[in-house]
Amino acid sequence: MAAIELRDLWKRYDRVEAVQGINLDIRHNEFIALVGPSGCGKTTTLRMIAGLEDITAGEIRVGDRVVNEVPPKDRDIAMVFQNYALYPHMTVYDNMAFGLKLRKTSKAEIDRRVRDAADILNIGELLDRRPKQLSGGQRQRVAMGRAIVRNPQVFLFDEPLSNLDAKLRVQMRTEIKKIHRRVRTTVVYVTHDQIEAMTLADRIVVMNFGLIEQVGTPDEMYNAPKTRFVASFIGSPSMNFLPCRVVSGGNGSLALRLTDKLSLAVPPERAARYRSHLDREMVFGIRPEHISDRRPNAGSGFEEFEAGMEVVEPMGIDTMVFFSIDGIEICARARPRAVGPVGEAMPFTVDMNEMHLIDPANDRVV
Amino acid sequence: MSSDTATMPAMAKSERTSLALNRTPMWRQRKKLANYLALLPYIAFALFPFYIMVITSLKSNQEINNLSKSPFWATGITTDHYVYLAQNTGFFDHWLLNTVIVATVSTVISVSVGTLGAYALARLRFRGVEMFGVAVFITYLVPQSLLFIPLINVVNAVDSVVPIRDTYWSLILTYPTFLIPFVMWLLMGYFRTIPVEVEECAYLDGCSRLSALFRVVLPMAMPGIICAVLFSYTLSWNEFLYSLVFIQDQAAKTLSVGVFTELIRGDIYYWGSLMAACFTGAIPIVVLYSFFMDYYVSGLTSGAIK
Repeated sequence: MAAIELRDLWKRYDRVEAVQGINLDIRHNEFIALVGPSGCGKTTTLRMIAGLEDITAGEIRVGDRVVNEVPPKDRDIAMVFQNYALYPHMTVYDNMAFGLKLRKTSKAEIDRRVRDAADILNIGELLDRRPKQLSGGQRQRVAMGRAIVRNPQVFLFDEPLSNLDAKLRVQMRTEIKKIHRRVRTTVVYVTHDQIEAMTLADRIVVMNFGLIEQVGTPDEMYNAPKTRFVASFIGSPSMNFLPCRVVSGGNGSLALRLTDKLSLAVPPERAARYRSHLDREMVFGIRPEHISDRRPNAGSGFEEFEAGMEVVEPMGIDTMVFFSIDGIEICARARPRAVGPVGEAMPFTVDMNEMHLIDPANDRVV
Repeated sequence: MSSDTATMPAMAKSERTSLALNRTPMWRQRKKLANYLALLPYIAFALFPFYIMVITSLKSNQEINNLSKSPFWATGITTDHYVYLAQNTGFFDHWLLNTVIVATVSTVISVSVGTLGAYALARLRFRGVEMFGVAVFITYLVPQSLLFIPLINVVNAVDSVVPIRDTYWSLILTYPTFLIPFVMWLLMGYFRTIPVEVEECAYLDGCSRLSALFRVVLPMAMPGIICAVLFSYTLSWNEFLYSLVFIQDQAAKTLSVGVFTELIRGDIYYWGSLMAACFTGAIPIVVLYSFFMDYYVSGLTSGAIK
């Protein structure tokens, strides 16, 4: 249970700069998710916090001490690895007790803690088994149990769910959330799955090319992304991006001209924000769920257009509809009943209150 | 009574179906039989020298020297050759004992040093680590028949400080020169198959590198280490050249050289005793292998990851 501070943290391998001077404050008992594509430096950052990688430059603080020079064994950190990394020659009980034994905890105390953790994780009846007799999900639980019993200052998770099948992954996700509520502690969770990050984390850190793109709550990441990368990375299916030109719509209003035939009016309360980009080529960003067949009766900022459906993907609750404008594929989310056969034209309503305008010069959201 | 008769046919029927389900199909049984038949020639080929050794050691000298009799079986059985070994040679008193001591000590030295070296080369990242690995391999490639000449000098030099010439200590000193590279090369590959994460997890659990090595890595590498022990032991047991060169004293000889020098006199071969000595000398190795076979083939690492 401690806060973590990363100050100008660098990691340089022979030629690659994996982490390029990041700064991050992780609060006491906070659940932080580091997300990003492969090779963005998220795992390297995690391993530096754990002490498994040396720091090229910068400073890491856990609680009130600088841990740059502290070996992993003295950092009081537990880590759950992607491939679980259980000790194959020990029983589940011994796997969990190992860390405590090394710290010379009394036998009675070890037994109490191991059984408590086994209770939390529902692995009480597996304590005498060896790792090879367990299923993937059970191994995952043991790996977490091994971390829980130690009651460490910081919990690190390195893509813990990516080796599980889809159903188990969702189940364990909920479980991790429950466990964090029960065992309050600081958690740093690395994943490439933005849904895991959204569902679990108090705050999300999106990384790309060794730099932090944005830090914020799941809500902020989804509704107010600061860069095009974050906008495209968070949300599934991904946000639509269309080149457009900001034009004047008369009486001080603005519009986005997507094609010669299609212009969408910008809601008046956003006009002031976008005015400085008048007559410039910009990128219009809109999530699939904000292009729909639903036509609200009240409210402003809704624009309508019609397009021919090219691909239809029913998902049960909603149907994803793909069409293209000027050769750029767009994804919309419609109610299953409203969707006709492929090839037919369909009316769509765009909720312009949820739009994002991106400056292509620096890929930042305006 | 009436209920009994009612349930009986039902039981018989369920038994019949379960039997039908458990029966191995004919084609699978035939395949199994064919597999075993195909193995027979190989087994016969491998065991034939052993058979000749045993059968010859149990024949009388007259029968061995009688060329009109078949060498493949014996008409009478005698233990004379074993008695001769015990009474007229140093076989049991010296050679066997010396061999056990030399093989055990040099195996312990080589496997301990080789394990640490292999771990270092497999895991530590230091400048020139790959060159070290290659150097170890090259050392292993230099033939013994060339190395023994400079080694004579080494033994002589050491002998001027501590008397080791003509004792088994000269062998204990020189065997590791070929055993350590061998063990290192074998275990380097094995250590690389052990997932690094398991070791890293041990560090986070509170281990230093050394305690992680002893508590986590070595138990996981047990099959590899046992393999290294078996091979080192066999190599030392069978070693001939160094033993022949460094030891002249009859009482300090090892099995391989003792048998060769004492049971072959010029062009006279004591075939019966030779075979008895070979057979007796092979028994400990056979026992050792069969004892550790399970360990040797099983993989201990399964279950660590995924």
